[in-house]
Amino acid sequence: MNAGVITVSYIGAGALFILALNGLSHQESARRGNFYGMLGMGLALLVTVVGLVTNNQVFLIGGIVAGGAIGWVLAQRVEMTQMPELVAILHSLVGLGAVFVGYANALDHGAGIIGVEKTIHDVETYIGILIGALTFSGSVAAYLKLSGKIGGKPLQLPGRHWFNLGLLIAAIWLCGQYIEQSAAGGGIGVLIVMTLIALTFGVHMVVAIGGADMPVVVSMLNSYSGWAAAAMGFMLGNDLLIVVGALVGSSGAILSYIMCKAMNRKFVNVIMGGFGTPKSSGGAAGPAGDAGDVKPIEAQEAADLLLNAKEVMILPGYGMAVAQAQHIVFEITKKLRDKGVNVRFGIHPVAGRMPGHMNVLLAEAKVPYDIVYEMDEVNEDFPNVDVSVVIGANDIVNPAAQDVPDSPIAGMPVLEPWMGKTTIVLKRGMSTGYAGVDNPLFYKDNTRMLFGDAKDSVDAVLKFLNA
Amino acid sequence: MRIGIPKEIEEGEKRVALTPEVATQLQKLGFTVAIESKAGEAASFDDEHYAQVGVEIIEDPRELWTGSDIIMKVRPPKEHPELGFYGVELLKEHQTLISFLYPAQNPEMLKELSARGVTAMAMDSVPRISRAQKMDALSSMANIAGYRAVVEAAQHFGRFFTGQITAAGKVPPAKVLVIGAGVAGLAAIGAASSMGAIVRAFDTRPEVKEQVESLNAEFLMLEFDEEEDGSGQGGYAKTMSPEFIKAEMDLFAAQAAEVDIIITTALIPGRPAPELITERMVVNMKPGSVIVDLAAEAGGNCKLTEANKVVVKHGVTLIGYTNLPSRLAAQASQLYATNLRHLLTDLCPEKNGEIVVDMEDEVIRGATVVNSGVISWPPPAPRITVAPKEDIGIKAKQALAKAEPKPAHPLAFLIPLLGCGLALYGLGTVAPPAFIGHLSVFVLSCFIGYMVIWGVSHSLHTPLMSVTNAISSIIVIGALMQISSDSTLVVVLSTLAVFITSINIVGGFAVTQRMLRMFSK
Repeated sequence: MNAGVITVSYIGAGALFILALNGLSHQESARRGNFYGMLGMGLALLVTVVGLVTNNQVFLIGGIVAGGAIGWVLAQRVEMTQMPELVAILHSLVGLGAVFVGYANALDHGAGIIGVEKTIHDVETYIGILIGALTFSGSVAAYLKLSGKIGGKPLQLPGRHWFNLGLLIAAIWLCGQYIEQSAAGGGIGVLIVMTLIALTFGVHMVVAIGGADMPVVVSMLNSYSGWAAAAMGFMLGNDLLIVVGALVGSSGAILSYIMCKAMNRKFVNVIMGGFGTPKSSGGAAGPAGDAGDVKPIEAQEAADLLLNAKEVMILPGYGMAVAQAQHIVFEITKKLRDKGVNVRFGIHPVAGRMPGHMNVLLAEAKVPYDIVYEMDEVNEDFPNVDVSVVIGANDIVNPAAQDVPDSPIAGMPVLEPWMGKTTIVLKRGMSTGYAGVDNPLFYKDNTRMLFGDAKDSVDAVLKFLNA
Repeated sequence: MRIGIPKEIEEGEKRVALTPEVATQLQKLGFTVAIESKAGEAASFDDEHYAQVGVEIIEDPRELWTGSDIIMKVRPPKEHPELGFYGVELLKEHQTLISFLYPAQNPEMLKELSARGVTAMAMDSVPRISRAQKMDALSSMANIAGYRAVVEAAQHFGRFFTGQITAAGKVPPAKVLVIGAGVAGLAAIGAASSMGAIVRAFDTRPEVKEQVESLNAEFLMLEFDEEEDGSGQGGYAKTMSPEFIKAEMDLFAAQAAEVDIIITTALIPGRPAPELITERMVVNMKPGSVIVDLAAEAGGNCKLTEANKVVVKHGVTLIGYTNLPSRLAAQASQLYATNLRHLLTDLCPEKNGEIVVDMEDEVIRGATVVNSGVISWPPPAPRITVAPKEDIGIKAKQALAKAEPKPAHPLAFLIPLLGCGLALYGLGTVAPPAFIGHLSVFVLSCFIGYMVIWGVSHSLHTPLMSVTNAISSIIVIGALMQISSDSTLVVVLSTLAVFITSINIVGGFAVTQRMLRMFSK
């Protein structure tokens, strides 16, 4: 196959990927977008296999078939509540792939180019492996954190910023070393040392970030996997990789930015980590101090409240995901809607542990997406809402973010159920949310607490609705 | 302890400080309850109802005053018209009186209570903080007054509230102006707008604008240069500057000519009510209009109002009832009794029927005007009710000032541009053309990514991430380009890379597909 055809096919694939991302920005076109993505990937693979691979086809086919089968099974088996973990672990694979490709390239292209081109090529290889390695270890750490295998609390080593800085300087110095040694035909040893540094950095970066910031971390890793692909593209002189890498990299970066904005936090602060520890206990207690008691209710009363309401707003959080309560929540929704109650869902942009986490869960439970609203769309409506039901959410409905200037979450936009008539909070106990901040909402006069596992509670409520 | 509820003796007072329902709840707290015969009659609670829930019925009020540990009333004690006793003189040590007492207006009574060594709690002195809302009788009564004001206005207004188009002709909706959007004002706004009237409201405190608008009423803003905020302590309005009042009066004059009903609720604690509606404005109102003056007891917001009377002047009906809650006696009694019950719950933490006056408790401290003979009124200034507004304002301004140090120089944006330009120039002089080509592709793609992703809806973030993840597996191309190498190590690495990226490609696209299939309208 001639080089022109290959290049043209790559241009086609690149265009298809852009169409894919564009399609993914709206519900109506999302599935078509995914199809474009698959088409682009298929085209790129086909052209490369036919046009560039000259032997070892057996390994190639074997790798694709085995890997593809595993991926397929993973995708079919995964629970929707585990999506954040799956996405994190898939990111780690891109990182690892980049490391392998980088090493293979460093081993293979010892000679052939000289001078500035050689230096640039070495730097590209070096950076590609660096980003790949830190994406890999960071994603694995994020996966462990999301799946609860390691704790959600941020690990903060003393002098961690100096530690990071030291790692960075070491990486830059090693880059110079690598360029020198590579010119002499070696340098693999240096690459390995650098890989270890990058792996350490990746893990350290993620464990220092608190659980509440996981949505940002996940999308940030997404961005890194893109930059790794782009670096590979530079290394191999392949424009398709550059285009795709840049698309993914910038899209991940923008998602991270959107997440940060939703939490009213600076991106740099998130990356520096440390959110999630109650720093100032005085400020954290906030107005709860004089607010007095919470008012618990039973499932039956909750059911009565819902039946007598005209406008109901359901505000889900991570607790709903943990308890797998989304299906029953939708049963309740259907029941109430049949009785003429207008039930809507209000989703905070950082609810859950991944961007859009709640939407996926609600979609799984077949909640129609036109009754699912964003925070900004519903916040103004709360004064007209008769009953708000907070299911397993805490920080995202915390009035302290607005009222307590020294609260750790001060300034974060939050849902405002307390503006409505009654709020029912489903919660296991009086523990604080991921940010470790007490929630004055629980003590408000118009708030009722329905204690218990979210699933059991909604089950009980549904039973009384049916009765 | 025994709680006694005497019949109210004030003329026209129909409320009672206890309902049978609340009596049951008080008994649960360990109290025994007694009530004067016929005390609840005017509020439609018969003696029989009380007797059914185990309340002792007492004929002689003296017996109640002397034989109860706690006396609960609505109105402050007053000379009995028939029996000729005052009540307070019958009290002695260890007795507690809970009622509206208005300590500022009744210093003599306070002295006498103190001389007799009793404990007295004034329901009107309960601090107006969020925790004490459940026992804030001023609010619960004001709520009723606001509602009733609209009902009274409707009674004397000759037209519908709601606009209608009927076969017999068109009826325009009534226009109601509510002055003062406190609890009573808001209740009036709610009642009037739910009856279909067009409601406008005015208040010197701009922060109530939102509350007014939440009740579908229009908030009248004053066109006024100087910033002036009328919020005083404890949620009351304070007296405003002469300039402000001038602007305010102009507004009322303009509105008076236009609206059909005016409900005024402007009260400043401890002072005569401000005159808001002048005789001139009343003259200018349409004949048949109605003014309900909720401040009649404190002199009225309109000087033509006569307390406790309905009068017609210049064709306008002026309603000056001072005790509107009593005109909704059953409801008012129920809410007031519940307020009392909440206070007793706080006073009786052990639920053993004994009350403890904990002067450390901010709410109890505020309500207690005489503590075992010691006058404890006025209480010390409340510990910040709602965090003081100005302070936050100032803090916020300071924070803002810190956050935005100076407006940047208009050409400052050129500096990073210049920096980038120089860097690119430097790169261009040394880098090979192939690299520059790749770089241009890279930069343009970054911008495309930026443009394409910006409009993504929140709900699609997860699918977007899983699809970009699948797409970034395009590095498989890199592996494929090297898999045909002669070096075994390179082939092994490439095969591994192909393997894991394949997991990613298939997994990523498949799971996206699965998710998207679930999103349905």
